[in-house]
Amino acid sequence: MYAFEYVRANSVRGAVSALAKHEDGKILAGGHTLLPTMKQRLASPSALVDLGAIKDLAGIEQRGRSLIIGAMTTHAAVAASDVVKASIPSLAEMAHMIGDPAVRNRGTIGGSIANNDPAADYPAACLALNATIVTNQRKIPASDFFKGLYETALEPGEIIVRVAFKPPSRAAYMKFRNPASRFALVGVFVAKKGSDIRVAVTGAGNQGVFRWRAAEEALAKRFNPKSLDGLKADAGMMNADIHASPDYRAHLVAVMTQRAVAKALGK
Amino acid sequence: MPYTLTVNGSERSLESRDPDQPLLYVLRNALGFTGPKFGCGLGQCGACTVIADGSPIRSCQLPISAAQGMKITTIEGLGTIEKPHPVQAAFIEEAAAQCGYCTNGMVMTSAALLAQNPKPSVEEVKQALAGNLCRCGTHDRVLRAVMRASGRQKT
Amino acid sequence: MTSTGIGAAVRRKEDHRFITGKGRYTDDINRPGQAHAYFLRSPHAHAKIKSLDVQGAKTKPGVLAILTGDDIATDKVGGLICGWMIHSKDGSPMKAGPHPALAQGKVRYVGDHVAVVIAETVGEAKDAAEAIKIEYEVLPAEVETASAQRQGAAVIHDVAPDNTVYRWHLGDKAKTDAAFAAAKHVTKIDLTNNRLAPNPMEPRAAIGEYDSGDGVFTLYTTSQNPHVARLVLSAFIGIAPEHKLRVVAPDVGGGFGSKIFIYAEETVCVWAAKKVGRPVKWTSDRTEAFLSDAHGRDHVTHAELATDENGKITALRARTIANLGGYLSTFSSSVPTYLYAPLLSGQYDIANIYCEVDGVYTNTTPVDAYRGAGRPEATFVVERLVEAAARELGQDPAKFRRKNYIKSFPHQTPVIMTYDAGDYAASLAKAMEIADYANIGKRKRESAKNGKLRGIGISSYIEACGIAPSQAVGSLGAGVGLWESAEVRVNPVGTVEVLTGSHSHGQGHETTFAQLVSERLGVPFENVAIIHGDTDKVQFGMGTYGSRSGAVGMSAIYKALDKVIEKGKKVAAYVLEASAGDIEFKDGKFTVKGTDKAADFGAIALQAYIAHKFSGQELEPGLKEGAFYDPTNFTFPAGVHICEVEVDPGTGSTRIERWTAVDDFGVVINPMIVEGQVHGGIAQGVGQALLEGVRYNADGQLVTASYMDYAMPRADDLPSFHVGMTVTPCPSNPLGVKGCGEAGAIAAPAAVINAITDAVGHEHVAMPATAETVWKACQRASQKLAAE
Repeated sequence: MYAFEYVRANSVRGAVSALAKHEDGKILAGGHTLLPTMKQRLASPSALVDLGAIKDLAGIEQRGRSLIIGAMTTHAAVAASDVVKASIPSLAEMAHMIGDPAVRNRGTIGGSIANNDPAADYPAACLALNATIVTNQRKIPASDFFKGLYETALEPGEIIVRVAFKPPSRAAYMKFRNPASRFALVGVFVAKKGSDIRVAVTGAGNQGVFRWRAAEEALAKRFNPKSLDGLKADAGMMNADIHASPDYRAHLVAVMTQRAVAKALGK
Repeated sequence: MPYTLTVNGSERSLESRDPDQPLLYVLRNALGFTGPKFGCGLGQCGACTVIADGSPIRSCQLPISAAQGMKITTIEGLGTIEKPHPVQAAFIEEAAAQCGYCTNGMVMTSAALLAQNPKPSVEEVKQALAGNLCRCGTHDRVLRAVMRASGRQKT
Repeated sequence: MTSTGIGAAVRRKEDHRFITGKGRYTDDINRPGQAHAYFLRSPHAHAKIKSLDVQGAKTKPGVLAILTGDDIATDKVGGLICGWMIHSKDGSPMKAGPHPALAQGKVRYVGDHVAVVIAETVGEAKDAAEAIKIEYEVLPAEVETASAQRQGAAVIHDVAPDNTVYRWHLGDKAKTDAAFAAAKHVTKIDLTNNRLAPNPMEPRAAIGEYDSGDGVFTLYTTSQNPHVARLVLSAFIGIAPEHKLRVVAPDVGGGFGSKIFIYAEETVCVWAAKKVGRPVKWTSDRTEAFLSDAHGRDHVTHAELATDENGKITALRARTIANLGGYLSTFSSSVPTYLYAPLLSGQYDIANIYCEVDGVYTNTTPVDAYRGAGRPEATFVVERLVEAAARELGQDPAKFRRKNYIKSFPHQTPVIMTYDAGDYAASLAKAMEIADYANIGKRKRESAKNGKLRGIGISSYIEACGIAPSQAVGSLGAGVGLWESAEVRVNPVGTVEVLTGSHSHGQGHETTFAQLVSERLGVPFENVAIIHGDTDKVQFGMGTYGSRSGAVGMSAIYKALDKVIEKGKKVAAYVLEASAGDIEFKDGKFTVKGTDKAADFGAIALQAYIAHKFSGQELEPGLKEGAFYDPTNFTFPAGVHICEVEVDPGTGSTRIERWTAVDDFGVVINPMIVEGQVHGGIAQGVGQALLEGVRYNADGQLVTASYMDYAMPRADDLPSFHVGMTVTPCPSNPLGVKGCGEAGAIAAPAAVINAITDAVGHEHVAMPATAETVWKACQRASQKLAAE
């Protein structure tokens, strides 16, 4: 690792001013992605601003119809939360599927969303559940937040404070794991809220998380796995790497979507 | 910079020039706890697992600056040969170690699991240990050991 | 059987330290004043080094030295060696290119060692390495095994203009071809044995140290065979004569073959220690391990099996191209030749076998022995062929195997080996019973009801291990003998220290070897210490690989114990006032035949040291004996593994539902440890079959350089195992043991692929059988079905 300055922020405001001082400073929000990158000398920020000590950034609460999760809430906390299990059980299940216990104990929802790894799980959940990402500056709908591979709508100095989810009537996440990394080779989050049906796909797309509109339309007619019979995802949109070809990923998107719908229906 | 943390019940103070120095190296080199092992340095193998404030973490991924003030348990603090932790006793009984290198991570992850979930199912144990790599292929024996430590037998 | 003797499931001694974090591995050792080494590695698969300027980098903070290939040349440090000479079929010796520990003029794979920076900290060494100025002329890279020999390929070593190390063969070509010409049916198959990264969880590490007072070097290193390391570093690389070089291999966190070899890093650390006057430490990071630990397997093979009208196998022939990487590693030349082709008879009575093997250079990491080494490749060829032949002939694969098994022993195969003992049908029968083979049809129908495909696959493997005898391996080209040594020191109080040339790095020798001593001397198990891994303590030894430590290492201890008992009888004769011929030894007691006079082992040990009862002219005092043991034959563990899988045709993912292993390891010292070794072997074999594969891109960049991209088997990838045993004692060693460390890795891949091909109804499923690979095979099978 290259040398850098470490700043433990005590408030969001403090973190923002620390970032302002260091042109290429980075936020540490768990560190499971950033620290390995730095250790391999693939990234060399001049400063790391640790949000871990900002107490009010972590926490889960049901506020009216919204489930609010603080940006520094760990995956383990989301997975174990009775509030989440009562409000959006599929979200707790998804959080339990991330990494392994050690990763879940350090990794946070804010870190995951801000990084927007094309194989991460949370972006799919946010997109399917029509979440609102609340920063120190504004509220960003998930549909405007994820901009491509590792790209988000966040501006310099902008810090995610919390994420607000609207509980769906039915939802489920199906994940087909990359056997090496255990990230999603294909992950599909399906959510139904009244007539609004969203199918968000992670792991597969060559531009990161995306909504599979054709499946949404088919499911809008009838929310049933059979509605997707014969429907194929576009292989041209899919990622190609040593772990899977675009054709196979496209096939898996269809299979995982059908299975997610079945699971959402309790089948 | 001076740092203070509690390791295996004793408060330890140390100096580190690098705020980014991973807890693993602090434990191994500055404090002499070589039980946690370096397997990959990237949080991908589990050999460095310690229990921090009650939860298993990868000590290679926790900068000393972020570990400030934490309560750390390493395998040296879990139990002794005379008075082993139930997981340690079960590892011996089931011959769950071979080369012994991943054993630290297996034992610490299992001990943390049982602290949170004293009667896990086999499937839950497998999931909990999915992040711990073992090249000797001791997985089946480790599962048996964890089930034994939980008071159940693996079928 | 006593509770701690031979055959008892004694719990492991070494676990006491491992489960409390008190194991002592190389990286746990820090020497006063140590500096740290960091290796600058080639980013290119194939390039000429046009210029290399380290002057500026030397001025960076903390730097003690930067050494390059020029320094290696100036100091006349010898090149890394390949210790097994293979001759091509035309009689010419193999083409071994130079292998300097630091590159001289050219780099031949990504990760090749260009320079070493020695600095106060690893971080400072890395910073300085980035300041080294180096200019490369990048050359085209050869990566693919199958095409490395083609016309116009880039030449990797001048000595081998066609990138061919050797063109070797074994067997009678004319007779074999004639048998094929006369065959009723010929089964043909094309196979790739995927390249694997060994991945012991402990990365390689080394600390070199030089004591200028007495001129002695010490090397602490992660080695499976510290004496071989010392021999090579002394006699070939020329670091120091053996009496001035101590090699210590403390606890070692797994080897699987990859820690047999003498690599550049260890060599450089010990050499550099004298140059900088400080201990020099290096610990590999995981990516370096992927780049520089010798890989395993990597064969491309076409194989054929001939059968007659009765379904009897009459001949087998195979043509294999084996990728040896950018340089010849320590034993690499032997792996795809003498550790491979002599096993192509499998468990079958095959009158005619012919095998050709071309070893090739490519711009990839060197390939050498990895758990099983040659024998998994042979078993994969034989068992895929036999399975395919049975299916083509419409016969039950189990029946087809049974019909063709060797049934009487000793059996001379047409490819060198004389199998000494076995009962293959017994292992098959027992495995079929445990696996409930008879009801597989019912289970397949149940799976089908749930939309799943179930399949079952058999692998009837044999291996030749206990690698030895020295004369035999010498005649095949080995540069060293493969015996083992032992020394048994009995202390005056009757406790026993055994110094062995074997090295334990997961095998549990401290336990099993102590069981042997406890059984034979009748001393308590706790009173026995097994000492290994230090050339200052153990005089010599050949180390641990090839499942040899039981058959060869323990036999050496057995022989030394014989001598201890003989000497003890002589002492007892004086103590008990009888003639030595009348002394008997049993259950830890010396007795005088036909009397009630007796003395226990401890008392006689004390008398041997007090030496009051005999004069120095009559008998030497003390009780310490050594032995060298060189076996008369290889040992031949064999068995049957049966794998049952369920495939999800929607995704292609494969779940192993049931695993049955019935092995014949001869006499078993500790069934608990043996079973653990079987589990480990299977896990690695399942890894090869389903998950693992080293991948390079066309430029020779290693794509699978971390656990994010190289899939290791994890707890939820593996089933629980049903392990059974059959026993035919090995006639060629005093214990009757055969060896168990590699069996699972040898047996497993064919069992998995035979099961998957059975499930999906398509013969071609390549390893690793990833979900995508299996899904595509399902697609092909259904297209074929539709076409029919």
